[in-house]
Amino acid sequence: MIQVTNLTKRFGEFTAVDHISFSVKKGQIFAFLGPNGAGKTTTIKMLTTLLLPTEGKIEMNGVDPTQDKDGARRSFGIVFQDPSLDDELTALENMEFHGILYGVPRKLLKQRIEQLMKFVELWDRKDDLVKHFSGGMKRRLEIARGLIHHPKILFLDEPTLGLDPQTRNHIWSYIQDLNKKEGMTVFFTTHYMEEANRVANEIAVIDHGKIMIHGTSKALQEKTKTHTLEEAFLALTGKEIRDEVAGSSDQLRMRHRIWTRR
Amino acid sequence: MNTIYILWLRQLKRYVRSKARMVGSLGQPLLFLVALGFGFGPIYQKAGGGNYLQFLAPGVIAMGILFTSVFMGIEIIWDRQFGFLKETLVAPVSRVNIMIGRTLGGATVATIQGVIVFLMAMVVGFRPTSWLAFPVALLFMFLIAVLFTALGTAIASFMEDMHGFQLIVNFLIMPLFFLSGSLFPLDNLPGALATISHMDPLSYGIDGLRATLVGSAHFGIPYDFLVLSILVAFMMALGGYLFSKIQI
Repeated sequence: MIQVTNLTKRFGEFTAVDHISFSVKKGQIFAFLGPNGAGKTTTIKMLTTLLLPTEGKIEMNGVDPTQDKDGARRSFGIVFQDPSLDDELTALENMEFHGILYGVPRKLLKQRIEQLMKFVELWDRKDDLVKHFSGGMKRRLEIARGLIHHPKILFLDEPTLGLDPQTRNHIWSYIQDLNKKEGMTVFFTTHYMEEANRVANEIAVIDHGKIMIHGTSKALQEKTKTHTLEEAFLALTGKEIRDEVAGSSDQLRMRHRIWTRR
Repeated sequence: MNTIYILWLRQLKRYVRSKARMVGSLGQPLLFLVALGFGFGPIYQKAGGGNYLQFLAPGVIAMGILFTSVFMGIEIIWDRQFGFLKETLVAPVSRVNIMIGRTLGGATVATIQGVIVFLMAMVVGFRPTSWLAFPVALLFMFLIAVLFTALGTAIASFMEDMHGFQLIVNFLIMPLFFLSGSLFPLDNLPGALATISHMDPLSYGIDGLRATLVGSAHFGIPYDFLVLSILVAFMMALGGYLFSKIQI
C-alpha cells in the first residue's frame, strides 16, 4: 500500500529524514516510533503531499504523491499532531466542511457525522463553537473528523496524545474495527509504547532521520534482547532526553526559513 | 463547485461571527469621510471642484474594500498558524478551487463592507447622482474586492507569520490607497505622480465607482472595467498558482 525508497528531506544544512526505505502492506496497522524530532512528522508530511521530498520515491495506493497529488489525496485521511480545526466554526460545521471537501454524499454524511460524534460523545455539543472546547474534546473531534470519509489509508500523528485511557481504548477499538471491516491501512505515530505493542502489526523505529529497525514488536524485542517494547525502544534510541513538543526539525526549519526569507 | 461553495460559506460565517472586527474596520473610513470630507470641503469648493464629499465618498468606499479584502486574503496566515490550513491542503480537491472559494468569500465580505461604507457616506451627506447605475457600482466594488483578496492570498502564500504584516500595510496598502486618485482628481497631476497613479490598479476601481455613483470619470467605465477584469484574471491565476505551491 505504501512503498518508500530512499526518502530524504533536507532543510538547508539539516537533514530531517535521511534515506529511509520501508513498506506498509494493505490492511496493516503500522506504528512509526521515534523520539521527538526524529523525523516522524516530516515523513508523514511528505507522504501526505504537504511537503516535497528532497530525494527518494514514494508510492502510495499505486500513485506517486509528488506527481499525482490529487490521486494520492483521495486515498488517505489524516489526523494531525497539532490542532487543525476552525475555532470560529461549530463542531458540526467542522465535520460538514470536511465531509463536503471529501465528497461524501449528503445523506451518508449526515448519518456518519451523527454516528461519529455520538461515538466520541460530542453530539450534545455539536452546535458549540470549537473555540469553547477543551484540548481533549478538540482531539476527539479531530479523530472523528478524520474518520468521516473512510479512507483507504489513515495517518494518525500522535492521535491519542492528551487523551485519558478510556477514550484511547474507545477510539482504538473503532479504528481496529474499520481496519478489519474495510481493510483500512493505518499508519500511526505514538509515544505510548504499550499502545504500539497492542495495536500494531508492524513497527518501525526512526531516530535522527534514519530507520533503526523494522519488524513486529516481538521481533524488535528479540533483536534487542529485551522483554518489552519500551525497553527495546530505549535500547535503540538511547536514554538522552530530546527537545519537547515542536520537535527540533521544525525549529531548525523555521530558523532556516527566517534567515533565508524565501 | 461544492468546494468553492463551502469555502465561500466559511468566510461569510466567520465574518458574521466577528462583530467586533466588522465594526472596528469601519472606524477608519468614517474618520476619512468626516475629517477630510468636511475639512477640505471649503477649499475644494473655492478651487472650483464642487462638493468634495461627493468626490471623496467613492474613494473612501474603495478604501474600505481595499483594506478588508487584502486582510481577508492575508488571513491564510492565521489559518496556517492555527493549523486549519493543513486540513484544506490535504483534501482531495483542486487547490485552485480552494483558493477561488476563499477569495470569492473574502471578496463578498469586502463588498458588504463597501456597501456599509456607502451607507455611512449617505448618513454623512453623500448622495449618488443616479441610482440606476448602482448595480454597476456594486460590480466595480466586487471587482476591486476580488482583485485585492487575490493579492492578499498571493502574498500570504509566501509568509510564515504575521511579522511582515506591517510591511505590507505601509509599503503596499497605504501607497495603493494614497496614490490612486481616491483623495484627489487625476486630472492635471505633475508628471511622476500621474504616471504612478495610472499604474495603480485601485485608480481604475475608484474611477469606475465615481463614474457610476456621481457621474464623473477620468478613464471612463468601459476602460475601467477592461483594466480591472484583466488584472483580476491575472491576480486570480497568480494567487491560485502560488497557493497550490504552498508547503507546510
